[in-house]
Amino acid sequence: MGADEANALFYPQAGLTASARRVRALIRRHAYLLLKSWPRLVSMAYYPTVTMVLWAFLTIYLKPTTNFLQDAPGFFIGAVLLWDVLFRGQLGVSLTFIEEMYSRNLGNLFVSPLRLREFIIGQLTMSVLRTLIGVGGACFFAWLLFRYSIFSMGFPLLAFFTLLLAFGWSIGLAVSAMILRFGLGAEELAWAAIFLVAPVSGVYYPIAVLPGWLQNVAWALPSAHVFEGMRAVLLEGNFPWQHFWAAAALDVVYMAIGIATFALTINHARVHGKLLHMGE
Amino acid sequence: MDAARSPKLIAAHDAAIVVADLRKRYDQVDAVKGISFVVRAGTTTALLGGNGAGKTTTLSMLLGVLTPTSGAISVLGCDMLRHRYRVLPRMNFTSPYVDLPKRLTVGENLRVFADLYGLRSPTVRIGELASEFDLGDLLKRPYGNLSAGQRTRVSLAKALLNRPDVLLLDEPTASLDPDIGDRMRTYLEDYQRASRCTMLLASHNMGEVERMCDDVIMLREGRVVDQGSPQDLIGSYGRETMEEVFLDVARGRSDERDSEASPRAISA
Repeated sequence: MGADEANALFYPQAGLTASARRVRALIRRHAYLLLKSWPRLVSMAYYPTVTMVLWAFLTIYLKPTTNFLQDAPGFFIGAVLLWDVLFRGQLGVSLTFIEEMYSRNLGNLFVSPLRLREFIIGQLTMSVLRTLIGVGGACFFAWLLFRYSIFSMGFPLLAFFTLLLAFGWSIGLAVSAMILRFGLGAEELAWAAIFLVAPVSGVYYPIAVLPGWLQNVAWALPSAHVFEGMRAVLLEGNFPWQHFWAAAALDVVYMAIGIATFALTINHARVHGKLLHMGE
Repeated sequence: MDAARSPKLIAAHDAAIVVADLRKRYDQVDAVKGISFVVRAGTTTALLGGNGAGKTTTLSMLLGVLTPTSGAISVLGCDMLRHRYRVLPRMNFTSPYVDLPKRLTVGENLRVFADLYGLRSPTVRIGELASEFDLGDLLKRPYGNLSAGQRTRVSLAKALLNRPDVLLLDEPTASLDPDIGDRMRTYLEDYQRASRCTMLLASHNMGEVERMCDDVIMLREGRVVDQGSPQDLIGSYGRETMEEVFLDVARGRSDERDSEASPRAISA
């Protein structure tokens, strides 16, 4: 095919615009899947909503006897919604990857002009969409049923959302790497891995209640800084910048580790012939 | 065959694919043991061999989804091991080892890959392929609901979306009935003639090989054991069909012949 004919038939293959186009193609592929299945959409919001409702009723039960809940009645609801940002963020990355493995589509994708970085950006974008759908549904019901709006938190909410999402991405990429390395038998990791960090993230209690050595572990996680920051915003009314910057710096480190782990595992899969043969 | 070990020399002879001393070792198994060959631009070449001969491993390395242990691969003048993204937009493939997302419709799948390959008019191209592969009624059906033969046609359509200059086909007509299989072969032949596309196909259908291929590369246990045009191979083995030649090679009966004459290179 001559250059003129190629230019007439195809967009340029190099550059940011071409990259964006390929990422959009990946998003289109997953959006087709999501939007045609209302059970799938409902199930994404189901778990965050049910969990939120449980904590909301617990709040109603404890509020008359608990001082801090009288000061910050949305404490538990805010915590559970932010926890779901982390959970859904991680799950969004891992499930998007698992979907490609189930479909035996990795071979098609990796012989197309799609670059690894575009594949990763596509996964992260789908994670944002899945999180917005899942947590957005729970936020709506929190307002509808309990007149609690997490958006009343303002700017801190955006900061916490971003920091937790990025941490979720890094875990999601590491989990995807494990699934690629060990096969779909490791799929359960997608659902279970995040709960390893739950006890040390201080979602519902301050980090100070943990044993000393475990506090050191907790402060190495962005999520501990975010939930400590959330408590400061809700109970004291100020935004703790030191926790924000600590979480941001840790996110950079964890994202670098997550991306490197995923890229190395893809490279391992190329060496061991797993890209073409991996699947259900 | 030895000439392929000098990629620069071969590139001057209008080679689309040059493979030089390619090896692949999995743990304790040598899947491909230092093969070298050249596929001329605008021709159709078959990669033949029994199960485990190294055909799919070789195709995977050509596509860049499998990293060779050593050796060199050049496709359309581009070093595939270093710069595969320069040439991947001009390549495509089908393989029974990959599938398309089953819950997406045929049309949605083709649209996604049309976008990945950067087509300016995806709807037009999908319409053309739907017409040529008789997919019109299937476009709105989920890919997972199709028969094996229908899926094969869709995979071929996907492989031709970007009008590839190099097309790698692993068992392209394996699950098609004779009628559809014949139509697919005719289409691929027409496409090859019209586009001057280079095709490398792995097949166990010797009739298909005789009909479609200009050259044949015979593999056994990870090595190239012979190569030439189907007619030349049939003649040199003293056989009447490629099926018989294949059996000679697969069962090692070519070894005696090899001791008398060394393998011939594909004529450039």
